[in-house]
Amino acid sequence: MEKINLICVSCPKGCTLDVRREGDTIVSVEAGCKRGVTYAHQELFDPRRMVASTVKVVDGLHPLVPVATSDPFPKPQIPQLLQALREVQVQAPVKIGQVIIPSVLGTDVDVIASRDMPEEQAASI
Amino acid sequence: MTQRRKYDVIIIGSGPGGVAAAMAAKQTGAEHVIIIERDIEAGGILLQCIHNGFGLENLGEDLPGPTYAQKYIEQARELGVEFMLETMVLDVTPERKVFATNKYEGVIELEAGAIVLSMGCRERTRAQIQLPGSRPAGVYTAGTAQRWVNIEGYMPGKNFVILGSGDIGMIMARRLTFEGANVERVLEIMPYLSGLSRNYVQCLLDFDIPLQLQHTVNRIIGNDRVEAIESVRVDEQFKPIPGSQEIIPCDTLLLSVGLIPENELSKKAGVRLDTRIGGPIVDDEYQTSVSGIFAAGNVVHVYDLADWVTQAGFRAGAAAAKYAMGKLTKKNRTITTSGGSHVRYVIPYSINPDNLKEHEIPLQLRVSQPIESPVRVVVRAGEKEITRKNEMYARPGEMISIILQEKHYDSIMHTDELVVDIIER
Repeated sequence: MEKINLICVSCPKGCTLDVRREGDTIVSVEAGCKRGVTYAHQELFDPRRMVASTVKVVDGLHPLVPVATSDPFPKPQIPQLLQALREVQVQAPVKIGQVIIPSVLGTDVDVIASRDMPEEQAASI
Repeated sequence: MTQRRKYDVIIIGSGPGGVAAAMAAKQTGAEHVIIIERDIEAGGILLQCIHNGFGLENLGEDLPGPTYAQKYIEQARELGVEFMLETMVLDVTPERKVFATNKYEGVIELEAGAIVLSMGCRERTRAQIQLPGSRPAGVYTAGTAQRWVNIEGYMPGKNFVILGSGDIGMIMARRLTFEGANVERVLEIMPYLSGLSRNYVQCLLDFDIPLQLQHTVNRIIGNDRVEAIESVRVDEQFKPIPGSQEIIPCDTLLLSVGLIPENELSKKAGVRLDTRIGGPIVDDEYQTSVSGIFAAGNVVHVYDLADWVTQAGFRAGAAAAKYAMGKLTKKNRTITTSGGSHVRYVIPYSINPDNLKEHEIPLQLRVSQPIESPVRVVVRAGEKEITRKNEMYARPGEMISIILQEKHYDSIMHTDELVVDIIER
């Protein structure tokens, strides 16, 4: 049996998880809460992360708008996701929650705008 | 622009603390509430914190910083909070006059029934950690780099070394990697991580960025631009160990070496500050030593999470509104708090026990040294234990909170001082 220590990233507490695995089966997880158990299973077989970055905006108050994945995204595909974001350009105004790339790279995850980005001239005191 | 010159509550700064304070002030019944913000839009530093992890505590959602900010700002606007943007506050007086300036109106003089200071914090810079060496371009604070990369669209370099394992430093290590830069390594002078463990996993381990504890920058090399840094290992007294120097080629050094509460305005208002951590000495309603001036968020002490800043803002804003309306609970008794064994500081500095009849009072504290074994957090009055809780460990980078409730009222009401100890189990 293999003993693995993972640090849970589900919340800011950052608990250390004691995981025992036998080949492809997790035998036990000692965690601070239920989310830790879920995290351990996910992390060992299909690691995912929330990914946040920016994309270019035309005519926006700022030249970029921050974006993030709607759900945790498969970790091995993060480089391809970032490349896809570099190729995107959106037109202001952008609304918070606006889908920037739907089902990105064939996953069930969307990339969405993290905030409104008004047009440059629309910004006033 | 605003026409009015008298407000019930004036809030300085539109980060999470300020926006929450404004919302709570409105909800508590203050009629005229305004936030003054120097930037062109509301939101504060949250706007450049594009990473996720916000809202888990307060909203049950994992949100990017700008989303978290916008949610609360929209609610504040719906409640009728006014925002005065692009306006710099110059002075705050103990009589609660606020002098500010902007390009539309010149100098503005406002009067407040109560003021909430929520200016946040600022980063420690190269000067404050006295880094030797030449003074080339390419040495920046992590937060400055964060603003350039995430809002303005500039990359400050290609090859980075990051000094300090604070959260912003680690988050920037990942962010720069995302944008195609190379992060050589992160150096930390302490023998332990100064940010959250989850950021070590998500930001450094995920991208194989090495972290070296007990290491610092010995010297910066380069004339016009950083060409390399010399790192060095330090001993327990933080003294460089001879022979451990290493030249690390890089074009940019980012500093993530701590945050200091921003209190230039507080000083002008005559607010008494805690010289150890730089924030105002506040009571459990976040009132400072100057009557009617409140303070909430990183301006008091630097929190790990924006969610907790929001909570502090709610408390401060509600109290400020009550003060402005003449309804703040009278202080019949003041109980001071202090840090005992292993505890560096406790916020608030004093409590009014009568407030326990209306709401819980969280005591927030940090340990002075990491304790990597199970601990007990104990609040006591003299030898008498008031409440306790267990933690699996205690780390300086992770704030500990222990709650006083109404049921504790009787046991603390005859004491003058509460002490919080952290004891190894």
